Parts: sequence; structure tokens; C-alpha cells
Amino acid sequence: MSDTRIPDKIIFRIRRYAPGRDGNPTWGEYPVAYESGMTVLDGLWQIKERVDPTLAWRASCRMGICGSCGMFINGRPQLGCNTQISELGSTVVTVAPLPNFPIIRDLVPDLRSMFDAHTALSPYIVREQDEEQVRPTAEYYQSAKEMERYLQFSYCIKCACCVAACPTCATDPRYSGPMALTQAHRYNTDTRDDGFENRLETLSGEAGPWRCHFAGECSRVCPKGVDPGKAIQLMKREMVLDLVGLRKQTTPATPVEKPEGIERRPGIPAAPPPTV
Amino acid sequence: MMRDQKLWTWHLAAGVIILLLLGLHMAIMHLDALLGIFIPAGGHSIDWGNVAARSQSLFFGVTYVLLLGTALFHGFYGLRNILFELNPAPPLQRSLSWVLIVVGLGLFVLGTWAAWTSFQNTNLV
Repeated sequence: MSDTRIPDKIIFRIRRYAPGRDGNPTWGEYPVAYESGMTVLDGLWQIKERVDPTLAWRASCRMGICGSCGMFINGRPQLGCNTQISELGSTVVTVAPLPNFPIIRDLVPDLRSMFDAHTALSPYIVREQDEEQVRPTAEYYQSAKEMERYLQFSYCIKCACCVAACPTCATDPRYSGPMALTQAHRYNTDTRDDGFENRLETLSGEAGPWRCHFAGECSRVCPKGVDPGKAIQLMKREMVLDLVGLRKQTTPATPVEKPEGIERRPGIPAAPPPTV
Repeated sequence: MMRDQKLWTWHLAAGVIILLLLGLHMAIMHLDALLGIFIPAGGHSIDWGNVAARSQSLFFGVTYVLLLGTALFHGFYGLRNILFELNPAPPLQRSLSWVLIVVGLGLFVLGTWAAWTSFQNTNLV
């Protein structure tokens, strides 16, 4: 049963390119039988299964969680699995690899530059004394209010849509990009973290947030509703306050003592032993 | 070259100073009929007697130089950011930075000299 607004056949225009084999990228046109509820990723699968098995792209979960299928769809970076064809408002679906990255093949971008920048900013809880992390004895205390400071930034799925939309990433390879900076801010604001000074070395230079001129495209295209533009501006504020000595210093959260004299309720199994 | 964190912080601080001093400038120049401040010779704020009197005041001498310095830094750092958006090669970026520093310092020296000359010239009034 087709959507009444969309014809049974739609056209996928797909950019094809195999570096080393093709001189330049070319555009291929593929008619696809439209069905109601069809996503762009569904259309790509149909082409691969019925028309051209050499078409390459990345995908995994098909439900907007893994972040693998970031693509440039009708001029906007978005997830193939999360984009309904009926919402595009066109019977021609144009799909290209994410901009601002080298192409591995067809719709597969090489995301190493993004993940290198991400890794360089220690995107994890950093503690001076890491014994508690290696052999945890309890949980670190964190209030709900403290968690809300970074919660939305932790929804990032690293799909690279924000980096593909960023005009600064398009021109400056030294800029860390919205994803990596948002994750650095996410950990800088986590009360369990003590790694602000570690990250400062990278963030205070050209890789830091200073070249962001707040175009806001990263926030507009994020499929998870994360607001990287906000994270970058908040990070700038934190770093300016740090430089002038006005940043609020917080002691890293400490492990919470286990309550005494409380028995486990009947029927509730014990927690499994730590795996790390 | 200085770290971007410091340059950005100074850029913000310079913006705040410019806001205050430019606000003062606007108030003196354009609200003279209403406020009547800093017009010792009477009449309009741009009358020669008032301009000369302000030039020989220590407060105005200092604020002229402060406004000059902050405006030059704020403007040239902003211009540098705009030029860097064009993605010049790193050697050209370094050259651009040095050109802006030298031109900025040259203009600052020239402006400071002008303010100092009018400040210590007792024949103005």
C-alpha cells in the first residue's frame, strides 16, 4: 500500500566513487519501488539486492542508535535509517557520502580524522587516582542536577552528521570538530571527571573551540537532538573563566559508602562480579 | 604565537572595554545637549575649545590610548579570524599574523603619539 502523495516508483540518485579506480565521482540513477514507511536505507538495500550489488555504504542497527549510516541526503547530513522518504518532499532522493571526509567508496566516508580528534580529547572519565576505576568498590556520587549538566551531550552516537555540516571543519583540518568538542565538554562537566587540565592542553590551541563561529548547523542536523553548538559555547565560557581564575572548581565525586544494615530483598539476585 | 584561549579571552575583554568607552564617546558627542558633560568651553561638544580641552585632560589622554589599543586588538584579531576562514596555508597564516601585529603596533604608536602630542601641547587652547 503506497503513500498517496508519492508515486510507486521513485528515483535514487547516488554518488558512486571508488578511489583508485574511478577518475572522478559519477552519479547513478536507480528506480526504486516505493512502499509506505520506507526509509532511505530501505531504498539502498533494495538497490543493492535487486539492481547493483556493488553499491557500498555503512549501516548496522537500522534504528538510529549505532550512528553508522550517516549520509548526505537531499543536501542535508542525516541518518539513512532514520529518514523517511515521505518526509523528503521529493520523488528524487539524492544520496552522497558525508562531506568533509575522504571517501573510501561510494557512500562510505573515512571517519578517522573525526575519531582521532575524539581520542585526543580523552573522551572518558579521567581521575588522578584511577585505582577506583580499575577495581571499583562502589559508585561515584552524582546528583540528578549534576547529571543534567551533561546528559543531552551523552546522547551523541558519533554519526559524524555534525562534522559534515560544520563550515569550520570544511576549511580547517586542525579544528577538532563539533562531535569531539561536545564530548570533551560532556566529560569536563561530569562531576566524576578530573581531566579538565589534561584536555586543556589540546583545547586551548587551534584544535579547541575558538574557530567555531556558531553557524549552528551541527545542532540543526543532529539526529539525536544533541546541541553541539551550545556545548562549544559553554566550553568557551568555561575556558575563559578558567583563564581569569573564575572557573568554579569542583572536587571530583567520591565513591558512595554502601549502606549498612540493609539486607537484599528476597528474589533479587546479587550483582555479577566486575568484568574489568 | 599565543594560545587561542588567551587571545579569545582578551578579545572578549577588549569588547567590553570598547563598549564602555564607545558608550562614553557617544554620550559626549551626541547627547551634549541633553547631558552637557565634558564641554568646558560651552556650545557643542565638537567645538574646538571643547576638543582641545578634552585632549589636554589626563583622563581623556588615557582613555584615548586605551580605546585605541583595545579597538585595534579587537578589530585585528577579528580580521585575522575572518582571513583564517579562507583557509590559507600555515606559512601564510603565520605571515598574516605578523603583518597584522606589525600594522597594529604601528597604528597604535601613531595614535598614541597623536594623543601625547595634543596632551602636552599647551598652545592648543
